[in-house]
Amino acid sequence: MSDLAVAHGASRRFGDLLAVDDVHLQVGAGEVVGLIGANGSGKTTLIRLLLGLLPPTAGQVRLFGEPPSRHTRARLGYVPQSLGLYDDLTVAENLAFSAGAFGVHDTAALQGDLAAVRDVLVHELPLGLRRRVAFAVALGHHPDLLVLDEPTSGVDPLQRARLWETIRASAEDGAGVLVSTHHMSEAEQCDRLLVLANGRVAAEGTMDEVVGGTRAVEVRTSRWEEAFTALDAAGLPVSLVGKALRVPGADREAVGRPLAGAGVDADLGIVPASFEEAFVVLAAGRAA
Amino acid sequence: MSASRWGVDGLGVRYGGRAALDDVTFEVAARSVAAVVGGDGAGKTSLLRALAGTVRPSAGTVRRPDDRRIGYVSAGPGVWADLTVEENLDFAGRAYGLGAGRLRSRTAELLERTGLGEARGRLAGRLSGGMRQKLALAMALLHEPALLILDEPTTGVDPVSRVELWRLLAGAAAGGAAVALATTYLDEAERAATVLVLDQGRALLAGTPDEVLAAVPGRVVEAEARPQGVPAWRRGARWRAWSPDGSPLPGTTEVAMDLEDAVVVAQLAREQRSAA
Repeated sequence: MSDLAVAHGASRRFGDLLAVDDVHLQVGAGEVVGLIGANGSGKTTLIRLLLGLLPPTAGQVRLFGEPPSRHTRARLGYVPQSLGLYDDLTVAENLAFSAGAFGVHDTAALQGDLAAVRDVLVHELPLGLRRRVAFAVALGHHPDLLVLDEPTSGVDPLQRARLWETIRASAEDGAGVLVSTHHMSEAEQCDRLLVLANGRVAAEGTMDEVVGGTRAVEVRTSRWEEAFTALDAAGLPVSLVGKALRVPGADREAVGRPLAGAGVDADLGIVPASFEEAFVVLAAGRAA
Repeated sequence: MSASRWGVDGLGVRYGGRAALDDVTFEVAARSVAAVVGGDGAGKTSLLRALAGTVRPSAGTVRRPDDRRIGYVSAGPGVWADLTVEENLDFAGRAYGLGAGRLRSRTAELLERTGLGEARGRLAGRLSGGMRQKLALAMALLHEPALLILDEPTTGVDPVSRVELWRLLAGAAAGGAAVALATTYLDEAERAATVLVLDQGRALLAGTPDEVLAAVPGRVVEAEARPQGVPAWRRGARWRAWSPDGSPLPGTTEVAMDLEDAVVVAQLAREQRSAA
């Protein structure tokens, strides 16, 4: 089965700025691919290329084997960060409007929580339910490819798990899913990640593969305040976790020297970096 | 004397007839970061406002320093978009009653620490989200508050800026401040010394991250397919499930749970109780 969405050496230039630079990406049926990047990494531009809202200035973008168009839009479900709902229409009206736009006649009956609020105006719903409505709208025409921008931002863990249940059910039914996010809790839900930094692919693979060999130095001391101040003054990317300190991407000596200089006794250990730490090290590496 | 401990005891907050918070206790000690976690509408903002003294409790007590020793960063922009970075700091400094000399030295220090020095003449409305949040934090730090209160400082902020914001607030804690922050991200809460998880205005879990994990009854397991007969939820391509009495579930393997699992379990347990 061929890929649903493909970027092949895709680039997009705005004047002097190369926002997306030679990016290769494939999303196949049944897989959930995470597109991870900081602000300004090119994530949003790449999504716009894939949606056909913007043509690439070099390379190719294909949706379902053809260039993005009105025709391919009909096979695509998109949930933007702003959710894209009509706040002053009810839940049922939003669904009917979208079904009409996509020419869908066999709309599924609303279930559970959503059935209970079918006649409520969208702006009166809590965020978790608004997100569920946005999913129902995006899934109403049974799209082959789902593009989701930070789909579970702002909701609690149980609601997040239930939103992921819906996303995973679509993937198991054969849809491809592309999730654009910078939240680690969303990245870890994906089968595969593409990390963008400064418009280029900085890393690719499963979460473990992206973290790869990145390590952090863990600092344990009874005087964390002084240790923090010394490491921070030395320009190291130090972070506080409980009462321990972590310095990703640094070696034992670089951390030990400022501590010794400040006269702080500490136990130093080398530990695997978290995904967020690895991400920041990758982003800094690309910027350098 | 032991370090100052600010916080709320048995706090209730009502808006009209609606209870936003019910019997919530939260403590934040000097030289540490305490996190309040919850989704939209859980009551995080009400708790922080009560701590800051901008919402009157309907029940319970609030222990806080006087207004001039509090730094508060509200959710949302928190800066004046039509003023430059430097004008924002100047305005905040005067509001806190800082003398000209101290205001000058604190401004220089914070511009350097936040990396906003080169943007000092830029309108705050033209800053990126991450830079705007750093400016709001710098404004709240000008007068070296004893209690720093931050309402979702990292929402919508990318990971690179998020790490920098955490470095700034850890620096404030290292300097002696008590830091209370609200977040929707559990991975962020795992960095705090103590965590309070709110759900529908009530405390769901509280303690150090390790204490919260240790208090979850039973065990959490992982499986390829949805385990039957027990509460289960999605985690990536696999399923997680909770065995309330800890009895083994066929076809599953036990996993080391994290805060995300602990909160899901607590929310499921609450749902079961209210359905019963």
